[in-house]
This record gives sequence, structure tokens and C-alpha cells, in this order.
Amino acid sequence: MNQHAQKAAEFIRNESRTDWHDEALWFIRSKRDKAAHGIPEWEELRELASQVKSHVLSKLDQYLEQFEARAIQNGVQVHWAADAEEHNRIVHSILKRHQVQHLVKSKSMLTEECHLNDYLIERGIEVVDTDLGERIIQLKGEPPSHIVMPAIHLKKEEVGELFHEKLHTEKGATDPKYLTEAARQHLRQKFLTAQAAITGVNFAIAETGGVVVCTNEGNADMGVHLAPVQIHCMGIEKIIPKAEHLGIFTRLLARSATGQPITIYTSHYHRPKTGGAMHVVIVDNGRTAQLGREDFRNSLKCIRCGACMNTCPIYRRSGGHSYGYTVPGPIGSILTPGLDLKKYSGLPFASTLCGSCSDVCPVKINIHEQLYRWRQVIAEQGHLPAAKRQSMKWAGRVLSRPGWYNFFGKIGRWAIRRLPRPFLYNRFNEWGKDRELPEPPRQSFKEWYRENKRL
Amino acid sequence: MSKSKIIAAIQKNKPAEVLLPSIPSFETGNAKPFDAFVATAEAGGSQVFRISDSPGLNTVINTLFPEAVNIASPLPTVRSTIDLEKIQSTTDLESVDVAVIKGQLGVAENGAVWVTEADCGQRVLPFITQHLIILLDPADIVHNMQEAYQRIPVDATGFGLFIAGPSKTADIEQSLVIGAQGARSLTIFLEASQ
Repeated sequence: MNQHAQKAAEFIRNESRTDWHDEALWFIRSKRDKAAHGIPEWEELRELASQVKSHVLSKLDQYLEQFEARAIQNGVQVHWAADAEEHNRIVHSILKRHQVQHLVKSKSMLTEECHLNDYLIERGIEVVDTDLGERIIQLKGEPPSHIVMPAIHLKKEEVGELFHEKLHTEKGATDPKYLTEAARQHLRQKFLTAQAAITGVNFAIAETGGVVVCTNEGNADMGVHLAPVQIHCMGIEKIIPKAEHLGIFTRLLARSATGQPITIYTSHYHRPKTGGAMHVVIVDNGRTAQLGREDFRNSLKCIRCGACMNTCPIYRRSGGHSYGYTVPGPIGSILTPGLDLKKYSGLPFASTLCGSCSDVCPVKINIHEQLYRWRQVIAEQGHLPAAKRQSMKWAGRVLSRPGWYNFFGKIGRWAIRRLPRPFLYNRFNEWGKDRELPEPPRQSFKEWYRENKRL
Repeated sequence: MSKSKIIAAIQKNKPAEVLLPSIPSFETGNAKPFDAFVATAEAGGSQVFRISDSPGLNTVINTLFPEAVNIASPLPTVRSTIDLEKIQSTTDLESVDVAVIKGQLGVAENGAVWVTEADCGQRVLPFITQHLIILLDPADIVHNMQEAYQRIPVDATGFGLFIAGPSKTADIEQSLVIGAQGARSLTIFLEASQ
């Protein structure tokens, strides 16, 4: 069994919890539908967003250079990192230069991807995640299970227990309002004493050299405007040509993510505050390699809304942690094989290929087609598990020989009807673990056709 | 060093040029975005008042927030208790109960208001305050984000943003809680400028 399947099996052991998780995410998917249907030009916006991203990818070098030049003119310090290690080193050197001991962060999947927190904590810096969901999982010592709702896998009783232990809330308190208020008070103190703030970036505008960050809580702004040093970390694919393109992406992002018409705060940072310093770190970490893979480069269009997770029947019933990567779900399953084909070879199989992910994607990434394509690459390069490889080999032989096909079809129909259960349901039959084999038809279509064609 | 490496890798790996599509303005034909703005702003958790025939801004503020001790605003018409130009450190703003700022543009499709640092006095003001009031001229309401970005020079100031309601979160079991890290409420006063 591959790693995802193993972890998913653990997840679904608790049936009522699985149902709860499934329904929580489907609820968000339904809100997304309502928000999307409220805009007559929704499909046109998706198409435009996809085209703008295609254009950007085809001129990414020029836009990045334009962005850098404008940002420098604005008084921003721009850094380039080839990989996670260099990104962490750059951030640390900035913090060191400004003698930062206390740091606040708003949500950034890129810094999660680079494992920045651990890197800085090991070097003696206090790192506080300030998005409520991120703070919850940070206190719990877990990675996020969703890119928009990092603590979606936790119940309020668990959060209550955690806050009682860490923030000294009342024992047994589970009211989300009470718990959120406790976090607010706790985080305010952190904001007021922070010496630097780090954020992710939703969009970087090439023409004006500014970055845009979207939050609902206001935590990115609380951090950025109070601390003397602000650092924005972005992947190279976050670039858009002009501010007018924000008109498309801000209309799509929140509606796709949570069903809101827009996030509460859409902040545009162009210049450092008076007496402050503003840094932007531009990170590759495998993205240029993905750009070179024709079949998979469209995955770089992703704006991290999480809609593909909320809709995915596998994600909803296996949880974000089963994927073993910062970005889980369908989009994560097409990004990860490019990073480490062997390690993540199970993920493209964590899908029914139903195509729902591609249908809801606001930038029209052909996610399910890429999942299928990765499966082929994984097979070609010999990373299939032995059982799957053997069964595929035999299936290939049988399906390419009409005589064998007829023969085995007959055997199969006979076997399912006649053989005692232990012969059919055993450790070789993965499919039949939790399912009944289908009722076999009396005859094959070929036989039926031969009988009936004279009629 | 890494820059040239990244740029070279992009040049090697990027696809053939794809043209940039032109963006239509998606005119709604709805001549009055005003009603739509009020509806979406309220749906997003904002309170909206029309104060054209009101007893005056300061009276309304006192009525809405009778317990407010510290009021901060860069607007001369607001009776502030804190002088934004004289504060020593932005962390001093932690005690602000109500902040009043001017909004430049409202967006009907999502109830968002564009605000710049020039309107805030201090960048952190609209977030650190417990309650936020934005004054908006109804004539400055546009239909959608395309129209909004056509009107806004985003880099005219060092910091600008759209605010679309009170700070909120649903990170604990998807329960909506108003008042996460930023302002606990957003009140929009619609008042025509003279």
C-alpha cells in the first residue's frame, strides 16, 4: 500500500470523524458554488485568469526583472533564492542584520514548504504564526492540513484543550468565540513586541513593483505595520503583469476559497513605512524545473485557493495530513512528483480522476489530466509498487489479446458466481476490502451480440 | 548569483510566447451600484448608515460607541482624543477604541472600500483599533473590481488596501467569529461631500 493510502486508512478508521470532515469541506464547496453562480461572467473570468497566467509563464523572466527594478525604485530590497535552503538563509541574514529576536508571521505556504520556522527557531528566534488556524497547529506541533484552513482537521474540543494548556483558557471551554478572543489577546501582545513580520504573497505586480496579500483576520497587516522590518516571501509564479489584472484574480480568489465575494483585507504594499525596511524574497525551489515540463507547467498557475481540496472526494475523506506535503489535495499531487518522483509516487493515485478539481479551479488547471499523466510517468520510470506493476502487466497482456480476454472473462464470471468467499476476498483483492465485487453478468456482450444479431 | 541562475532557467524552460488577453470591464447595466453596495457590505458584516440628515458625525459616533474612550482620526471634523501626528510609537495606538478614516472608493459587488495610508494617518490604524468607521461618498461607488482598479493608482501611496468588513475567522470548526486580529466592527457612513 502506498503512503497516502496507509495514512488515509488510519484517517477513516474513525467513521463519524471522517463524515464530519467530509461535510465540513463540502459545506465550503457549496458556498463556493453559490458565490460563483452570483457572477454572470464567472466562466469568462476563469478563462481570462488562465490566459493571463499562460502569458506570464511565457514571459516570466521579463516580468520578474521588471518587478525587481520597480520594487528597488520603490525602496524595497529584493533577494533571489534558488532553493529552500537559500531562502531560509536569506531571511535569517535579514533578521540577524536587524537584530530580530521576536518575529510574527502571517500565513505563507512558501515558508511552510521551505520549513522556515524550524530553521529560525533552531537559531534562537521566536517565531509566532498569527493566522488563528496556523497558530493552533503551531501550538499543537503539527503541519497545516489545508492551505486556506490549516486547522480544518481539528475539533473545537481539541482546540479548547490545547488553549487551556498553552494559553490558560478555562478547562473544558469549547466556544469558538471565546477561544478566538483568547487568541486575539495572546496575539496582540506578540504583535506589539515583534521586531519583524513575514508574510506570503498572493500577487506581485510587475508594472508597479508591489505585492498584494489577502487575509480575513487582518493579521498580516497587524504584523507588517507594527514591526520595523517587513519581509514578503514569494514564489516566482506569483507575478501578474499589471494592477488591472488584480480585478480578475481578486474576484476569483475568495469566491473559490471560501465563498466570500472578497477577503476582508486585500493589502497592497509598495514602499516601506517611514523609518522601516521592506524586503521581498523571490524563490524558485523547483518551480523553474516544473516550468520546463510541458505537460505539467500549468500547475504553476495555481493561486492557492484550495477549491480543488474542498471538492475532492479523496481529500475530504483522507484529510490533508495523509498527503505528506505542505500543499495537499489534487494540486499538491501534481506539484509534488516534480519535486521528488519516488517519494511522492503514490500521490497521483490518490484520486478518482473524476475531474471535479479541474471544474472548480479558478485558473482552469487541467488537474485531473495531469494526475493521469503523472501516473504514466511514474509507471514508465519504474516507481509503481510491485503488486500494481504486476497486475498492470497482466492486465495489459490480457487486454491486448482477444482470445485471452474472452477466456479470462469467462473464468472471471464463473469465479465470482461459484467460488467460496475466501477465494475471492483475501489479501490479494485490494478492491474487495471494503466493497462487494459486482454481480457478474450471465454472458459477455460479445456472446449476447452473437445470440441477438439475427433478430 | 541565484538571480542569474533563476532567470537563465526560466529562459531555457519557458514556453513560446502567449499573448496577453485584453480585459473587458464587465458592465452590469445596473445604473445604481449604491443599493448593491449596501446589500453586499451588510452581508459581509459591515454596518451601513446614510448620515446626510444626521445630527452630525461626532454625535453619531458617540451614540454608536458610548463607551469609547480613545477616538483617533486624521480627519479634522472628528473630535479625536489622540493626535496621530504626535504619537511616539505605533504600539501606542493599541488603546484606540474607535478610528475614523475616509474611504476613496466603494465596490458594489463585494462591499469593499479602498483606503490608502494617506487616509489613515498611521498605516496600522484601521487594524489596531477596536472599531473602525469609514466615511464614503456614495458618488464614489463603482460596480466591480475591474472598474475599481481602473480608477485606483495602486502605487500612488506606499500602502493601500480594500477593506470589506470587520476582521473575521472561521478557523475553529468553520464557526464564523467576528473580531479576529483586526477591528471588531466596520461601520460605513455614506455621506455626500459638499
